[in-house]
Amino acid sequence: MEGINAKYVSQKISKTRWRPVSSSSLQQPDIFATGSWDNEDNKISIWSIGENGISSMDDEFEGDPQLVCEHKHNGDVLDLQFLDQDRIVTASSTGAVIIFRHHHNSQTLSVSQLWERAHHYPCDNAPCTGIVCNSPEIVTVGEDGRIILFRADQEGVLRTIENADSSTIHAVTFLRTTEILTVNSIGQLKIWDFRQQGNEPSQILSLTGDRVPLHCVDRHPNQQHIVATGGQDGMLCIWDVRQGNMPFSLMEAHSAEMWEVHFHPSNPDHLFSCSEDGSLLHWETSSNSDTPSFLQGGRNTSIVSRSALAPAGGNQSLISSWLTGDSSKGRLETTHMLPSQTLSVNSLDVLGQCLVCGTDGEAIYVNRRVPI
Amino acid sequence: MEEVDVEPTTTPIPGFDSNQKHLGFVWGPGDILVYETIYKASGGSAGGCPFVHEVRKDEDIYSPILRKLFNESHHIFVGLQRIREDLPSKNKKPQFVSISKNYRSVIRACMEELQQVAVSTQDAALATQYGNQVSILLAVELIWNLCEVLFIDAAPAGSLVLHLLDWVRLHKADVDEKAREVLASESPAEHQAYWDVVISYVLQGRMDEARQVLVKQAALQPAARAMFKLLDNLLMKMPIFNPGETQTLTEFDVKWRHWREEVDRCLQDQSFASNPHLEDICKILVGDEDVLLEHKELLSTWYHFLVTRLLFSHPTVKPTELHYYAQSSMHMFLDTRSVPEPLDSILLAAFEFDIHQVIKDCSIALNNWWFVGHLTDLLDHCKLLQSHNLHFGSNLREFLLLEYASGLFTHHSLWQLAVDYFDHCPEFGRVYLELQIERVPLDTERKALKVIRICEQRQMTEQVRSICKIMAKKALRNNRLGSALSWSIRAKDAAFATLISERFLQDYCAKGTFSDLDLIDNLGPAMLLSDRLTFLGKYREFHRLYGEKRFSDAAKLLLSLMTAKIAPRSFWMTLLTDALPLLEQKEVIFSADQTHELMFCLEELTSEKSVPNPDRPMQDEDIETTKIELLRLALARNLAMAIVKEGTVEV
Repeated sequence: MEGINAKYVSQKISKTRWRPVSSSSLQQPDIFATGSWDNEDNKISIWSIGENGISSMDDEFEGDPQLVCEHKHNGDVLDLQFLDQDRIVTASSTGAVIIFRHHHNSQTLSVSQLWERAHHYPCDNAPCTGIVCNSPEIVTVGEDGRIILFRADQEGVLRTIENADSSTIHAVTFLRTTEILTVNSIGQLKIWDFRQQGNEPSQILSLTGDRVPLHCVDRHPNQQHIVATGGQDGMLCIWDVRQGNMPFSLMEAHSAEMWEVHFHPSNPDHLFSCSEDGSLLHWETSSNSDTPSFLQGGRNTSIVSRSALAPAGGNQSLISSWLTGDSSKGRLETTHMLPSQTLSVNSLDVLGQCLVCGTDGEAIYVNRRVPI
Repeated sequence: MEEVDVEPTTTPIPGFDSNQKHLGFVWGPGDILVYETIYKASGGSAGGCPFVHEVRKDEDIYSPILRKLFNESHHIFVGLQRIREDLPSKNKKPQFVSISKNYRSVIRACMEELQQVAVSTQDAALATQYGNQVSILLAVELIWNLCEVLFIDAAPAGSLVLHLLDWVRLHKADVDEKAREVLASESPAEHQAYWDVVISYVLQGRMDEARQVLVKQAALQPAARAMFKLLDNLLMKMPIFNPGETQTLTEFDVKWRHWREEVDRCLQDQSFASNPHLEDICKILVGDEDVLLEHKELLSTWYHFLVTRLLFSHPTVKPTELHYYAQSSMHMFLDTRSVPEPLDSILLAAFEFDIHQVIKDCSIALNNWWFVGHLTDLLDHCKLLQSHNLHFGSNLREFLLLEYASGLFTHHSLWQLAVDYFDHCPEFGRVYLELQIERVPLDTERKALKVIRICEQRQMTEQVRSICKIMAKKALRNNRLGSALSWSIRAKDAAFATLISERFLQDYCAKGTFSDLDLIDNLGPAMLLSDRLTFLGKYREFHRLYGEKRFSDAAKLLLSLMTAKIAPRSFWMTLLTDALPLLEQKEVIFSADQTHELMFCLEELTSEKSVPNPDRPMQDEDIETTKIELLRLALARNLAMAIVKEGTVEV
């Protein structure tokens, strides 16, 4: 928890994302983008945390994020993703999907492409709530229950799944290159296959109990069938989409809505979640360890994972530690990553050893030494 | 009614013709809406200003740099409220002092940023505006610092002067700049500002720095070395009260008087007669007020004069005696003709330990409640405010916090901060919050969810219901039945769930199929929210069972829908018609008992319709009667087959 300081930015942050670093270089990320919400003039901004590398002391005050450039954004930024090194796609509360281009030499942002009323009702605007990119394809979902497939650089819409859902779709993620998974506000996960022509999902999964709205979803980086979701009641669920209709494990994580959940992209034994109750949790699972792992410092609550099903055979070593049925074999530790209670943490992103998050208290927190 | 202390400011409204028309207005929570009108019952020509103007008093909350002030201080405020009550106040004092310092460092950070922007901006009007904000923040920090020294830290005699010295030094930073300039020059002792620097240091009680600078002059005049050595000695020996040591105040007083006598003797001996500057310094050390007043520009403020005076004449001054010296210092320093500035009267009130007057004057002078709200809250925690109740029923702290938070609530973004302030106003906070939270505009679902979460955490069920209803109606208008249903589930609103189910059933009757099957099929326990919803779920289940050819289960379900009175009466005809294909099957599906029950239901239905309705066209009547006849026939046949089947004994 050392080296995490608040930077107050005079706008409520709804999304933060690291700019992707090329996998060949071992560099830590140094640029991130943020989007604001609830302002009369919303903006997307690009920040830099300056030189990485050798710092003189461990507890040295980490460099403040510096504003590189910003651009006005029409409507709240409800989702933000980097399409590639230069382009950012945003989802707006006016229903528009916008691609911004970051010009490195002049350090400015400009609008590169705009789909004005991508998500809409017959007479009103419908906010676009989620985006996922697999360059050059972009999939967006919105409150109007539509799923739209775009291609960057192409004017028109590639494909629309009309009335995919009768309730709001909150988030979307790719399972495979042709399959996506969406979560909605009646607690269902739906898998859609773009190779099929119809408007029906290929699979629907949901909890048998209360239908709690789900707000976020993330797929395990290496294993395409494992998905983590978080919802209105702050419970973290890990699902195996191949097997049955129930989540693999349910964990009480937060006391209010969970806004984002992320597996660490290169070290998937680590999971991060942030919530309306102002906390950001770092989940670490360690399997097949002889000695229990005690965390060094920080608040530490160990959560018992209630798993619903035992893994259905197969090679033990291939089964992800998240799906371990026996809770004594796999230990799950959580740490609070923010120093004190803040207003809602709306968004987080983690890449390498760097974590960035944005809150409703108009502050950005950057941690460059995440213990993974 | 109280007298108004200052002249109210006038704000001209553009485009308004005051000769012909009147100005109508209405109060808002933080602003006024004004419009042009003729205050008469009728008449009025066309034309005139078509606009409605919004007049805001507080522009600060819209300044992006000052916003950081509001956010950071909110963080500190919430931390302060959480300090546990049960600790004895002795242990809490250092905590309060550190919180006060936190607030001040936030103000300073803001001020520095504003200063940077004011210097770098091209726009002259903006630069003036920033400049104004910087000077206001400077004054605010000055006042806060003094309040911290006098009220929160409550230094006793002896340390009081030292703390006041620190206060003055912090707010007169140009001395160091000047000193740097002088020392960096080629020949510091001949710099024109040299003596100013030395005297400024002495006036601020920084003897070591003064001596270091004096050494430069001494080096230049070897002949007068003895004189310089003497002064250096005097400066070095000046006793400074050290609160940590075992030395008591009286001991210090004795020491100090001895030293002062020595300085006086040097003066009387004319030891410094040859060098007027050194003589001045000596006179200052003795506390000669006339000499001090000669250096007005170096002192620049009456409170600097006051502290210097105290340092050299009454270093053991008690807090209760401060106000005498403050009054006299102010009169001596300022021109009798000039009117004291608001800042001066506030500081004077602070020296008089009149906290209420300080707060009152600050409230009038500043244009928003930020400063007084937070300061009063901190002082209240230190138990320094007597809790006399105001006319409005709450105490001063709560009144100011409520005003501040109400102002915040008008801001499109900062309203979230205001919620925490209302939480910590025990008497009226909840009522204010209930009224304000319903008026937050809800453009997206995400914002509505946050507002609802705030209400749920405070058990404001009425507000939750009303917000959910608004969102559900919006969803319904856009034909998003699933969203509407999820909102009614959140609010546990059975009536709305019934409305949504009616919509579904109407759709079914119109189109013959269900829309949004993904929703109805997966209702889960939410089905129990309303009877109509349960019926919808079960009815869909019936269709599914029928599709899967599980006829006996389907039949049982159908019957239970009618007998358990889950189905609305209007739908019974449709249900009975659905039963027809089951009755017509070769196999007997309905048992004899079940058939009896079906017949009973049919009779119930037809007995109501025995009175022919003159409005309905003849064709409908015919269809109705045909349907009933068919049903009767099918039921009778089924009954017959059922009786036979049940009566048959397998041999």
